[in-house]
Amino acid sequence: MFETWELLSLQNYWWGIVSLLGGFLAMILFVQGGQALIPSLAKNEADKSLLYNLYGRKWELGFTTLVLFGGAVFAAFPLFYAVSFGGAYFAWMVLLFAYIIQAVSYEYRTKKGNVYGSRVYELFLSINGFLSPFLIGVIIATLFSGGAFIVDDANLSHWLNPMRGLEALSVPFNVLGGISVVLVSRVLGMLYILNSVQEKSLLELTRKKLRIELLMAIAFLASFALWLFVLPGAAAHSETITIEASRYWHTFTFYPIVLLMPFVIGLGLFILGGFKGGKSSFWCGVAGTVLMVFALLMSSGIDGAPFYPSYADLQSSLTITNSSGSRNTLVVMSYVSLFVPVVLGYIAVVWRAMSKPLTHDEIKQDPFSY
Amino acid sequence: MDLIDWSRAQFALTAIYHFLFVPLTLGLSFLVAIMETIYVKTGDEKWLKTTKFWVKLFGINFVIGVATGLIMEFEFGTNWAAYSWIVGDIFGAPLAIEGIFAFFLESTFFVVLFFGWRRVSKGFHLLSAWLVAIGTNLSALWILVANGWMQFPVGMEFNPDTMRYEMANFWEVIFSPVAVAKFLHTIGGGYVTAAIFVVGVSAWFLLRGRETQFARRSIIVASSFGLFASFFLLLSGDESAHQVAQKQPMKLAAMEGLYKGEGRAGIIAFGILNPDKKVGDDLPEFYGDIQLPYALSILGYHDINAFVPGINDLINGNEKFNIMSAGEKIERGKVALQHLNAYHEAKKAGDTSGAETALQAFDANQSYMGYGHFTDPLQTVPPIALTFYSFHVMVGLGSFFIVLFIALLYLGMTNELLTTRWALWITFMSIPLGFVACEAGWIVAEVGRQPWVIQDLLPTMKGSSALNVQSVQITFWAFAVLFTALLIAEIKIMMAAIANGPHIAEKGDHHV
Repeated sequence: MFETWELLSLQNYWWGIVSLLGGFLAMILFVQGGQALIPSLAKNEADKSLLYNLYGRKWELGFTTLVLFGGAVFAAFPLFYAVSFGGAYFAWMVLLFAYIIQAVSYEYRTKKGNVYGSRVYELFLSINGFLSPFLIGVIIATLFSGGAFIVDDANLSHWLNPMRGLEALSVPFNVLGGISVVLVSRVLGMLYILNSVQEKSLLELTRKKLRIELLMAIAFLASFALWLFVLPGAAAHSETITIEASRYWHTFTFYPIVLLMPFVIGLGLFILGGFKGGKSSFWCGVAGTVLMVFALLMSSGIDGAPFYPSYADLQSSLTITNSSGSRNTLVVMSYVSLFVPVVLGYIAVVWRAMSKPLTHDEIKQDPFSY
Repeated sequence: MDLIDWSRAQFALTAIYHFLFVPLTLGLSFLVAIMETIYVKTGDEKWLKTTKFWVKLFGINFVIGVATGLIMEFEFGTNWAAYSWIVGDIFGAPLAIEGIFAFFLESTFFVVLFFGWRRVSKGFHLLSAWLVAIGTNLSALWILVANGWMQFPVGMEFNPDTMRYEMANFWEVIFSPVAVAKFLHTIGGGYVTAAIFVVGVSAWFLLRGRETQFARRSIIVASSFGLFASFFLLLSGDESAHQVAQKQPMKLAAMEGLYKGEGRAGIIAFGILNPDKKVGDDLPEFYGDIQLPYALSILGYHDINAFVPGINDLINGNEKFNIMSAGEKIERGKVALQHLNAYHEAKKAGDTSGAETALQAFDANQSYMGYGHFTDPLQTVPPIALTFYSFHVMVGLGSFFIVLFIALLYLGMTNELLTTRWALWITFMSIPLGFVACEAGWIVAEVGRQPWVIQDLLPTMKGSSALNVQSVQITFWAFAVLFTALLIAEIKIMMAAIANGPHIAEKGDHHV
C-alpha cells in the first residue's frame, strides 16, 4: 500500500509520526514534572516514598519514547539527525546526561550499599525533573527559531557557533518554550497524583499547588503561542527559502484541520483537565499535551516547509524533502509504523493492570519498592 | 590524540560500559523466566523465593543497562554525524525498529515483572517475565542487524546526487548471514555470562554455608542452561569465524596473527606475538606458539586445504590466489573519487553528457571508493595485538566455561557440591570472567574491523562529526566519571543484595 504513495506523502506521513512521537515524549514528561515536585509536596517520609514509587513505575516510558524518537528521526530524516545531534552537540549531551541519571536514581535511591546516599539520587531526580522538560522545550523552540549550521555540497553539516547548541539558551523565545514545557510537565505530574493516589492530605496539598501552577502554565503557553504566531519564519517558495512575516500563523490557518484544530482542542483539554482536577483529569491533560505538541511540530515541516531553519545560511535550512531517507526506507519504515498501535495497545493493557491506586501500606510491604 | 581518536575513545568507553550490563540482562531474563515457570508449574514457594532473588539482581543491572544504552543510540548523531548521513538511510532503520519492536516490550513488561507480584495474576506475571526475556533478546537482534551491516554491508546502493548509500533491499539487510551469526553468537555469550554469574553467586552462598538449597537449585538450572548455551556459542562462533573469513579476511588474519597466508593453515591455540614484526619482513610472527593444525582452513572455509590469506597477501596482493593489493585498491579508489568529483562539476555546469560520462567512469571503480581516502596500504591493517589477544582470551574463557559447567553439573548430580570447596572457589572467582569474555568478543568485532567504520565502504576517519577535539574531550571525561561512579554504586548495591540473600520473599508476599 505504501509503495504507491508519492514521496511527499511518505515524507509528510513520517513527519506526522515524528510529531506524534514528540507529543508523546512531551506528555511522558509528567514523570519529570512530578518528580521535581516531590520535595515541595511530600510533608513526611511516607508521602515522599509514595511519590517516588508512583513516578518510579513510569520512568521507563520516557526512555523508550526518547529512544524511539531518536530512531525514527535517524531512519526517516537522517540529515536532521546528523545536523542537529552532531551540531547542537552540547544541548543534546546535557539532555542525555539528565536522562542517564534518572533511571538509576529511582532504583538505587533506597538500596543498601548505594555509596552516595539517598540525597544524591534525589538531587539527580530533581535535576532530571527540571532539565529534561526545559531542554526538550528549548529544542522544540529551535525548530522555529533555527540553528547556526551550514550543509555543504556533500550534505555534510557544520555548526558555526562554538557553544554547540547551548547558544539556544540565549534566545528568549527558546527559553519561553523551555519554561512552558516545564510548567506543563508539572501540571501533568500533579494531575497524575490526583489520578493515582488516595492519601487525602497529599491530594489536598496537590490541588492547592495545581491551581497556581496551572495559571502560570496557561500564561506561558499562551505567550509562547502568540509569539510563535507573529514570529517571522523560514518558508519555502519553490526552490528558495525566504523569511516570511507571521509564517506560522499562516501555516496554522492554511491547515485548519490538521494544525489549528488539534492545537486549540489540545489547549482546551489541557486547561479543562487542569481546572477540573479530578480522577480522570490526568487523561484530559495528557491528550491535550499530545495534541498541542503534535500540532506545533507538524506546523514546522508540513508539506516541505523548512522545519529546521538555519540562520547562518537560510538555504541550508532543513525541510522534510531535503533531509529525508530514501523512498525505499520510508516505505519499509511505514510498514513498521503499522505496529505502533500494537505497542500502544499493550502499554494500555499493562497500565490498566497496574493502575490500582498506590498506598503507603503497599510500599511498606513490597520488597521491590524503590 | 586527534578528533577521530577521541571520538573512537568515547564510543568505545560508552559501548564497553553498556556491554557490561547487556549480557547479564540477556541471559538473566531467560533464567528468571525459566525459574518462574518452574514455580508456576510446581507451586513450590521456594522457587518463587529463588525467582524473586534473581529478579531483584536483574533489576539492579537492567536500569544501568538502560541508562548507558540511551547514549549509544544518540552518539551516532552527536559524534558520527557524517556517518549518520552517509549510511543513515540503511543503518537508522534497524535502530528505529528496535525501539518499536523490542525496547518498548522489555521496558513495559519489566514494570510488571518488578512491581506486579501483587497487582496481576500469576499467569500474567509469568507471561511478563517471558516477554521481558523475548524483548531484551529481540533488542539484541536489531542492534546486531545494524552492527552486522557495518561488518558486511549489503542491500544498498550509492547515490551520487545525495552522496550517501541508500537502501535497495531491506530483506538483504536483515537476513544478512553476518547479522544472523552475530546475533546468535552475542546472545549465546549473554546466556553463558549470566549462567556464570548465577553459578558464581550461588557458589558464594555454598562456601559460606548459607541458603544451600536455594544455591544448589540455582546452580543446577544455571549450569544446565550455561552448558546448553555454550554449545550454541560454539556453533555460532564457528559460523561467525566462517563469515569473517569470507567477508573480512583482514580481520581474520589479525585475529590469528597470520602474516604469510597458507593452505592447511592452523589455529594458534596459544601464542605470544613478536612486537617487532612488520608487514612483509622475515621476522617470526610469534615468540612461541602452540598450533592446532589445519584448524583455521577448516574453520574459515570448511575445507582442510583452503588457502587462508595473511596480512602480507592482503597488503601486497597475491596473484596466485587472485588477491588484489591494498595499494591497487587505493589507486582505484582515488580514481573513483576523481570521477565522482568530475560528475558533480559537470552537473553544476549543466553539462549533462559530461556528467553521464563521469558517472560511468565512476561506476567502474565505485566499489573501491572507500579505499580512495587512504594514502598508505598499511593504514588498512587493524591493530593486530589487541585483536589477536582479545580473540584468544574470548575463546580460551569460552572453553574453560564448558569444563566448569560440566564439572558443576556432575558435582550437583552426585551431591558433592558442598564438599568440593576448591570447585566452589573457582566458580566464585569466575564471575568476572564471563564479562571479560564478552568485552573481548566486542573488541575482536569492532577493533578487528578498523580502519573501517563500514567495512570497505567508509573509513572511520571519514565518519565523525565536525567537532573540535575539546568538545569530545569534555564529554569523554564526563562519561568516564559518571559511568564509573554509577558502576561502583551498581556493584556495591549488587553485593549488598546478594549478601542479604533470598529473604525478600519472606514478608508474606504472594500473588493475588
